[in-house]
Amino acid sequence: MNTSIPEAHGDVAPGDELRPTDISHAIRGYLVGLALATLLTCVSFYIAGSTLVWQPSIPIALSVLALAQMGVHLVFFLHMTSGPDSVNNVMALAFGLLIVMLLVFGSLWIMTHLDHNVMPMGRLMQMQR
Amino acid sequence: MWGKLSWEAVPFHEPIVMVTSAVVAIAITAVLAWVIVKGHLPYLWKEWLSSVDHKRIGVMYVVLGLVMLLRGFADAILMRSQQAVALGSAGFLPPEHYNQIFSAHGTIMIFFVAMPLVIGLMNFVVPLQLGARDVAFPVLNSVGFWLTATGALLVNISLFVGEFARTGWLPYPPLSELAYSPGVGVDYYLWALQISGAGTLLSGVNLVTTVLKVRAPGMNYLHMPIFCWTTLASNLLIVAAFPILTATLAMLLLDRYLGFHFFTNEAGGNPMMFMNLIWAWGHPEVYILVLPAFGIFSEVFATFSGKPLFGYRSMVAATMGICILSFMVWLHHFFTMGAGADVNAIFGIATMIIAVPTGVKIYNWLFTMYSGRVVFATPMLWALGFVVTFVIGGITGVLLAVPPADFVLHNSLFLVAHFHNVIIGGVVFGVFAGYEYWFPKAFGFRLHEGLGKAAFWFWIVGFYVAFTPLYALGLMGMTRRMQHYNVPEWQPWLLVAAGGAALIGIGVALQVVQLVWSIRHREALRDVTGDPWNGRTLEWMTPSPPPMFNYAVMPDVEGVEAYWMRKQSAIERQALRPEPEYHDIHMPRNSSAGFICAIFAATMGFALIWHIWWLVALAFVGAWGVFVVAAWRDEHEEAIPAATVASVDRANRAAREAALPTLRSAS
Amino acid sequence: MSAGTEVYPGGVAGGGLALGGGHAAALTEELAHGPSKRIVVAYGFWIFLISDIILFSALFATYAVLTDATAGGPSGRDLFELPTVAVETACLLLSTVFCGFAGIGAQARRNGMYYSAMAATFVLGATFVAIELHEFATMIHEGAGPGRSAFLSAFFALVGCHGLHVSAGLLWLLTMMAQVYAKGYRADIRRRLLCFALFWHTLDIIWVALFSLVYLVGVAPK
Repeated sequence: MNTSIPEAHGDVAPGDELRPTDISHAIRGYLVGLALATLLTCVSFYIAGSTLVWQPSIPIALSVLALAQMGVHLVFFLHMTSGPDSVNNVMALAFGLLIVMLLVFGSLWIMTHLDHNVMPMGRLMQMQR
Repeated sequence: MWGKLSWEAVPFHEPIVMVTSAVVAIAITAVLAWVIVKGHLPYLWKEWLSSVDHKRIGVMYVVLGLVMLLRGFADAILMRSQQAVALGSAGFLPPEHYNQIFSAHGTIMIFFVAMPLVIGLMNFVVPLQLGARDVAFPVLNSVGFWLTATGALLVNISLFVGEFARTGWLPYPPLSELAYSPGVGVDYYLWALQISGAGTLLSGVNLVTTVLKVRAPGMNYLHMPIFCWTTLASNLLIVAAFPILTATLAMLLLDRYLGFHFFTNEAGGNPMMFMNLIWAWGHPEVYILVLPAFGIFSEVFATFSGKPLFGYRSMVAATMGICILSFMVWLHHFFTMGAGADVNAIFGIATMIIAVPTGVKIYNWLFTMYSGRVVFATPMLWALGFVVTFVIGGITGVLLAVPPADFVLHNSLFLVAHFHNVIIGGVVFGVFAGYEYWFPKAFGFRLHEGLGKAAFWFWIVGFYVAFTPLYALGLMGMTRRMQHYNVPEWQPWLLVAAGGAALIGIGVALQVVQLVWSIRHREALRDVTGDPWNGRTLEWMTPSPPPMFNYAVMPDVEGVEAYWMRKQSAIERQALRPEPEYHDIHMPRNSSAGFICAIFAATMGFALIWHIWWLVALAFVGAWGVFVVAAWRDEHEEAIPAATVASVDRANRAAREAALPTLRSAS
Repeated sequence: MSAGTEVYPGGVAGGGLALGGGHAAALTEELAHGPSKRIVVAYGFWIFLISDIILFSALFATYAVLTDATAGGPSGRDLFELPTVAVETACLLLSTVFCGFAGIGAQARRNGMYYSAMAATFVLGATFVAIELHEFATMIHEGAGPGRSAFLSAFFALVGCHGLHVSAGLLWLLTMMAQVYAKGYRADIRRRLLCFALFWHTLDIIWVALFSLVYLVGVAPK
């Protein structure tokens, strides 16, 4: 009798908590997440409105804060962990993020170069008349 | 009341179209009448239209693909004929028709021939190879198929009511914008693809989940057949790339319907962004098509060389490498658009790099054959034809990957020859190999071998006669999609190419004859044991055709080529393993959700195209209603009694036991 | 609480580590391996959500490319009102937390918790949609509709697509309340609830990207 255990065993559904917890513990997890997310949101709004941060770095700062908050969501609301039971779920997300990065930054890189090299459409259309 | 629809939409004044319409109408009516009169309608509904069985759905996908192949091929014959005669003359197809024909040809071949054929084969085979009873989401599988069929239906309706797009198979703006394509043609294209794209995405989600989560005990990742690995890679690409297509076509729809300015010439629109996005989908798309074909060849080479596949792990690595790299090369489809040398160079190099894992695969297949006992059955002929043809096509691809070379050859017939070389040599040959290989499993009898071989030879010779001249013409400067030309030196080549298309036509005809002949003589061609090719993977353990539940008991998998190991030990012992304990098996019940949803989707698509807004709303409510009703269902499964399971399995065991002595003397 | 021991047409069934489970039930050899239906369904939906994220990223890439294509019309700085965005953000964030509470309620079979948390989620989500519709209507009224410029087309498509997803989610939410009312906390209903929760949380994650990179970057001093 084959007793090998396929690696599918010891899996957790995305969104489920790995270990069963009682209600108060579960609620506390969400509240901690809420607090962190609120903090990060407030900092983002503040940075966007103030001159405290060096202007050109504001988009980067906002991106970092957004990424951090997405992490908070993933950990506290979606219960994504780095444990072995979560591997498939995290791998799927990582794959998606890779594609997103390639698409967004690839498109920006390509289109910026095109913008630099190619005549603007408005001027081209004017020349058509 | 009827939006833009009126009797003027029917092309009464175009004889070719009207004759075709009449023939198609008669054919459909005849088939329907035959089905109804012979009393086959209940069978058709229960066993096929409302089936959620992956095997049935897989067959329906393949049938859809093969039927649409005839339509797409008819378009090709028209194009080759036109170009053969149109030297200094208008030919017999005016430009507004010719443009629709080449647009329909590409659209149909990619979306409604290649995709359904590949998805159909993956659907049929993968659960069997994984030792599973079905895919992860059987009802969703049915919905996905019927949405794809809806897209095909809409494209075909455009022939008789309205017109098709004249933009080519990818509707580049600004030509595809309302200002330059005010008719319904582009709308037919867009809605057909949005609807079928949703179906394809469902299929992608389904097969990824199936490969990752639904396997027999012991079937861990490194014991899966390579076809399952290529299915995983291809469907990951579907999940990643099709949203880009959906978003991009949606943006074009917003431009056309609601006056947005994504890709228009005015108000800051940027048509080049369309090309960027559409090819970010378009390049992974070709890998979605070819990776399963690679998987089919892995199975075929191993089986017909009588040896395990060479280099399993490097195959897996190459497959997943191609999967990731395919998202890093898309700019090579528009080197000439003006991104500049730096950008072009990076993508050119990436494009050359992606040829490397493909080369690894080719060597693995060759080494699989080396010192094996090669059987030249029809599937193997397709595989050998593929190696030669695809390598040539790939080499021309690497040539085109060099940006300066591409500046000369972009959008010439050289490009057309290249992509047909790899798509026909890779995808089409792969699908035909898979069709011949798995046909006995699906239907319980083999296809006539002689006709299969004849069809292969006409196809491959026809392919080279049809497309080699196009390489020469491209180098001589002939652009693609020309409705007429005035360079006399080109015509002889185009005449030869038309001859090649005729040869392929004979190949297609032979395939049709093969199918009809084999059905007629199916008793003589019966596959008694379920293992007609001396197979190595799990699907050959089942009877042909497999019962609804696939396996009477889940197979225990102990290594790669699970079935081969069991077979060898059975031959040695001259006895099968002892009869297992049979239990009731719970299988998903049929569902009409897919078919009915598709009716609403087709209605909604048609109404959107013709701006019949009240019908859009009605159809949308109907489609939503189908979801709610389906979601309210309480009984999802039905039990197949253990006695039935036992009788099916015992019959198969008896047949295999009877064959054991022959096998021992053969090995 | 069930350990998710249904036979699965995928041929394998049994005790995956569903919430409250912990160990596989004593089943025959055939049923002893493989992930539970809950895991398979949720994973499939997760894959779909990944594809949805990529859909948004295509729209987002377009927005990033067309941000400056204002065709002489208004830009983000002229149009975006941060207080409105802040309220929308608060609504969606709170609704996500309540959605989490609804999931806890369902797993614990607590009707009061489930229904009230779902209702709160709905109210907050509907408020978000209402505010966004108002924002759009105002912009259109001021001549800053999607047809004005490529920038506005991209903005309306990106933010509008998110709003459409939220609206669809609200319909789904009501359906889930109705389904629990009609059929109780049956295993397949709870699987759908898990999928809904995944959907709703992911929409808030996407909103984080939107409010940061569309609205805040749009109005930040250059």
